[in-house]
Amino acid sequence: MTRDVAVLGAGMHPWGKWGRSFVEYGTAAARAALADAGVDWREVGSVVGADTVRGGYPGYVAGATFAKALGWQGARAASVYAACASGAQAIAAARAQILAGLADVVLVVGADAAPKGFFRPAGGERPDDPDWLRFRVLGATNPAYFGLYARRRMAVHGDTPEDFALVKVKNAAMGALNPYARYRKRVTAEEVTASAVVADPLRLLDICATSDGGAALVLSSVDFAHRHGVARPVRIRAVSTVTPRFPNTVLDLPDIATDSAVAVEPADATFRASIARAAYEEAGLGPEDLSLAEVYDLSTALELQWYEDLGLCGEGEGAKLLRAGVTAPGGRIPVNTSGGLASFGEAVPAQAIAQVCELTWQLRGAAGDRQIAGARVGMSANQGLFGHGSAVIAVR
Amino acid sequence: MVTGWFTGEGDGFRLLGTRCPSCATVFFPREDVHCRNPHCSGGSLEEVPLSRTGRIWSYTDSRYRPPSPYVSNPELPWEPYALIAVELVAERIVVLGQAAPGVTVADLTVGMEVEVVPGVLHEDAATTWTTWHWRPTGVRA
Repeated sequence: MTRDVAVLGAGMHPWGKWGRSFVEYGTAAARAALADAGVDWREVGSVVGADTVRGGYPGYVAGATFAKALGWQGARAASVYAACASGAQAIAAARAQILAGLADVVLVVGADAAPKGFFRPAGGERPDDPDWLRFRVLGATNPAYFGLYARRRMAVHGDTPEDFALVKVKNAAMGALNPYARYRKRVTAEEVTASAVVADPLRLLDICATSDGGAALVLSSVDFAHRHGVARPVRIRAVSTVTPRFPNTVLDLPDIATDSAVAVEPADATFRASIARAAYEEAGLGPEDLSLAEVYDLSTALELQWYEDLGLCGEGEGAKLLRAGVTAPGGRIPVNTSGGLASFGEAVPAQAIAQVCELTWQLRGAAGDRQIAGARVGMSANQGLFGHGSAVIAVR
Repeated sequence: MVTGWFTGEGDGFRLLGTRCPSCATVFFPREDVHCRNPHCSGGSLEEVPLSRTGRIWSYTDSRYRPPSPYVSNPELPWEPYALIAVELVAERIVVLGQAAPGVTVADLTVGMEVEVVPGVLHEDAATTWTTWHWRPTGVRA
C-alpha cells in the first residue's frame, strides 16, 4: 500500500490587506481548491481547518467555521493550532485520516486577517505565557529575534547585509510573477539597504509584513484520484511535524532563554535541521533529489539559514550558495519560487498550506511565468512558535 | 510580574534560576514544577543564582516601539534600546535581556563580555518595575 496522498486541488485568496474576515478568505481559497480538483463540496468527507487566534471562537474552531460557510453537509471536522506550522499540522491530520481510511477526500483550509504592524500576544495579564512575557519584560518583537539570528550569522559565518538584500531581490523578482502575492514589484539591493532599520542589522525590506490571505488544498487517497480520472497526481510523500530535542540551544521564538546544555549534550543537528531531516527520512529522499524548495523567509537572513538546515549546502555556506545563483530560477535548486513571505507577508494559518500550493503548481508544470522546468520533487519548510516543526515533501 | 527572577542590589545583583538536583540542569526563567530534561526522573527544583557575567551570543535593537503588553509612554518619542543574548558558560544557557541604558548596538560585538545589572523596566507615579540589564563589563552607568 502506498503511503502517499494525492493533491487533487490547490487554491488561494490573493494576499494583502483587504480588511475582510478570515472566513471569507478561507472560503474563497477552499472554493478555488475544490474547483481546481473538480470535486463537489458535498463529496468532501472531512474538513481540517488551521486556526487563527484572532477573531474569537470562529477562529479557534476554523474547521467547522469553514464547513458552515461552505454549507453544512455532514463532513467530519477538525481544527488545529500550531502557530506558523498550523497549516502543516492540518495537512498532517488530513493525511492521517486518508491513510487510516477514515475519509477519501479531505479539504484543508487556512486563512487569516492579520493586524497591522507587529504581531502581539493575546490580551490580559498572563505571566505564565512565554509569548506574553517576552513582549512585557523585554519588548522583544518577532523582528528582534530575526535581528539576533542575522547578527549571529554575520559574526559566525561572515554574512553581510548585502547578502541578505540579495535574498529579497531574488524573492521579489519571483513574487512579481505570482498573481496571489501581495507585493508584485521587483526590488533592488540598493532599495533594501536604503530602507529603515527595524531590528539591527535588518531593515524593513529584510522582514516580511503581516498580511491577510487564505490557502486551501483538496487531498485524497491515491485510489480516489485514479477513480477521479487523475492518473498522475502530485503526491504528498512526507509531512514533518517534529518537536525539538532537549536541550534546544538556539534561542527560539518566543523564549527568553535557551535550554541549558549542562546535563545533556545537544544533538548534532539543530531543531530546524531536524525538521528537514525527518521529512527526508519519511520520504526516502534527500536534498540532492529536490527540484525546488519553499522555505520560511520571515527575514532574508533566515532564508540563508534554511539552505543549510535543508542540507542544500554545508553550515555557513548559505550566502555562497545564493551568490552563485544556485537558489535562483535557473539554478540547481530554486528557493521560494512563489516569492516567499517576502512577497506574500504572513497570514499565519495559511502560509504552510500556501507553500504546498506552490509546490503543487510547480510539480504540475502549471506555475506560469515562474515555472521551474522539469520540477519533480518539492519541499516546503517552516517552523511554528513553541516548538512546532513543519516540512512537506511533494513529488510528481 | 516576574517574581523570583532576580535578586540583590549593586554588585550583588543576580538572575535567579532553578536547578534540578538530580541532573544539574539549570532553568531560566525558573521552572518550578518538574525538570524538563527527558532523560531525568527529576526531583524538587532548587533556586540558584546564575553567573554574573557571560559572552554576547548575539544582539539587536528595537527601532520601532514594541506593541503592548510592552509598556512605554506614547507621548514621548521612541528611544530605541538594544537587546543582548548572552551565553553563560557555567550554565551553558543563553539568556536574552535589554542592554543597560545608553548602550547601543554600535558598542557591542559577538563574544564581548557583559555583566548583569539591575535596571528599570518602567515606572509610574506609584510603582517602579525593576528588571535585569546586560552591560559590557567595566562600563559604568
